[in-house]
Amino acid sequence: MKATYETATSAADRTEAVDDSRPRRIARKALVAVPVLVLLAAAPLVLGVYPVSTMTRILAFAVLVLSVDLLTGVTGLPTLGQAAYFGAGAYTAALVGIHLTSDAAVQALAGLAAGLITAALTGWVAVRARGIVFLMLTLAIGESVHQVADTWPAVGAGNGLAGMPPISLFGGPPLTAAGFVYWWVLAVAVIVFAAVALVVRSPYGRTLRGIRDNEPRLRALGYRPALARYGVFCLAGAVAGTGGALWAAHARFVSPGDLAFEVAALALLSVVIGGAGSLWGPCLGAALVLLVRDNLSASIGGHGPLVLGLVFVAVVFLLPRGLAGLTAGLTAGLTAGLRRRHRKERIP
Amino acid sequence: MVTYLVSVLNGLAMGSLLFAIALGLSLVFGMMDVLNLAHGAVYLVGAYIVVALTAGEGGLPAFVLAVLVAAAVGAVLGGVLAGLSRATPHHLDQALLTLGASLVVAETLSAVFGNEVHSVAAPASVAGSVSVFGQAYPVYRLLVIGFGAVLAVGVYVLVERSRLGSLIRATVADRGMVSALGINTGRVLVGVFAAGAGLAAVGGVLAGPILGAAPGLDEKVLLLALVVVVIGGLGSVRGALLGAVLIGQVQALGTALLPEYASFLIFGAMGLVLLVRPAGLLPARKAVPA
Repeated sequence: MKATYETATSAADRTEAVDDSRPRRIARKALVAVPVLVLLAAAPLVLGVYPVSTMTRILAFAVLVLSVDLLTGVTGLPTLGQAAYFGAGAYTAALVGIHLTSDAAVQALAGLAAGLITAALTGWVAVRARGIVFLMLTLAIGESVHQVADTWPAVGAGNGLAGMPPISLFGGPPLTAAGFVYWWVLAVAVIVFAAVALVVRSPYGRTLRGIRDNEPRLRALGYRPALARYGVFCLAGAVAGTGGALWAAHARFVSPGDLAFEVAALALLSVVIGGAGSLWGPCLGAALVLLVRDNLSASIGGHGPLVLGLVFVAVVFLLPRGLAGLTAGLTAGLTAGLRRRHRKERIP
Repeated sequence: MVTYLVSVLNGLAMGSLLFAIALGLSLVFGMMDVLNLAHGAVYLVGAYIVVALTAGEGGLPAFVLAVLVAAAVGAVLGGVLAGLSRATPHHLDQALLTLGASLVVAETLSAVFGNEVHSVAAPASVAGSVSVFGQAYPVYRLLVIGFGAVLAVGVYVLVERSRLGSLIRATVADRGMVSALGINTGRVLVGVFAAGAGLAAVGGVLAGPILGAAPGLDEKVLLLALVVVVIGGLGSVRGALLGAVLIGQVQALGTALLPEYASFLIFGAMGLVLLVRPAGLLPARKAVPA
């Protein structure tokens, strides 16, 4: 069995290599990010309740997908277990909401802590493995946590946890309008996205990509990959837990279905559709997957999983590097073409 | 005390079924690092075949027919899955392909058979019970235990004592070297994939009278099979047997003693084994130590 898991060089890395001037890169990213953020923030002002509620769920799910991407795309550890930490965060947030306080910030922090602690408790088993064995172990962990949620009476067992009051912010009145909940979820999701982006760009993020690309070499250079893997597993657990808290804040109901195998599989599918390793690609993938599951499913008689199964098969064959791979391939192709032309001009 | 002994018997019956299901998963994984996430779906196909063929009446001929049909359908499904997963060299892509296939299969089954829980009666001639330790115990479960024992011996002889078996073990240990000897390892892989899937489908038929057939059962069975493979060690027959017996016991005793915490117990057992033996209890021998 090979020790390392081979992943195609990620889209993010390639764009970095292509575009070398830092200020221009930042300017170009801001040029895209600012309008997208403005559009996202303005959505409740123009859209109805149902689309806004769909977008809220997409954002919460996208946070889960980010955590999967952190493991699968950045560190090269494919996971099917992040739904467990998502669920831990959601259940904790719902319990805090029911028994302690309706303050959304407290709930989000509690969800973050729950995801972090659950990941720290279960992660040491998983991070010893690599590649597809890691996938297997995370699947086993995730399904075990799902079974626990499904049978434990303290969290409502199969019935789930209902009766969570509407969230409030900083001691204000309860937020019942879909738009306010959306803004809160958007704000937290953007903070999490920025935090994950910072981690990925930090020296620690470089270590993680080093683990993905060539772990023996990293170890030879004196790094401790095992520790870094455990760290990123806990971090991903915290991110997933925050996503779970956001999910609970919107749905105000948590059931074992929220941490089922299907959720973990959809999160992994989103990462693969979006392009593992890029951060914005998987978020786009999350939106696509959730739209297919919730909207298309109803219009074809509830057979959404059938479509998703076919999407899985199609993505593997048609989009091996995901949506991010498409655009990165385009830019890389263009720059390569330009370089070739430069060289031609220089030769004579 | 007697109830515990009955639980032990239940555990052995569960272990027999788990061995039949986990064996294919383990061998396929050991050979080509393919995590077949459609294994549970293949099992479910077997469970629904027995539902369709016996239609609740439970004659022995219909049941035997169901076993044969399930073996054939499972083998065909396994062959298709092997073909799919050989289409791409990346392990994650292979896992995703089988995941997609499992979603399609499970959804097709629930479209055909509906979402309700189907129960299957044991064949009428073995539906009675006998007195074991002074308690009535279903004959059918004793037969399942017997099937497990026969299967274990049969697979042991096939894999450890026959020429074909040495080929299979060699392919698990070092696929490149076997193909360098002029043997078409692709054919070995497809054969093992098909045989393992056929066995999983037969396991679905045999488990019908015990577990029934319902949507979502595929995931539960896949999880149990994964835990068995992880505990036993990847790619080894003896490991799969040991893991299956252990998990069968943990589950049966857990359900009898601490019904609320049965799922904790299985994860606890897995964690404990991984803590002591990270590669599982009886992992396959590899040509190059990993």
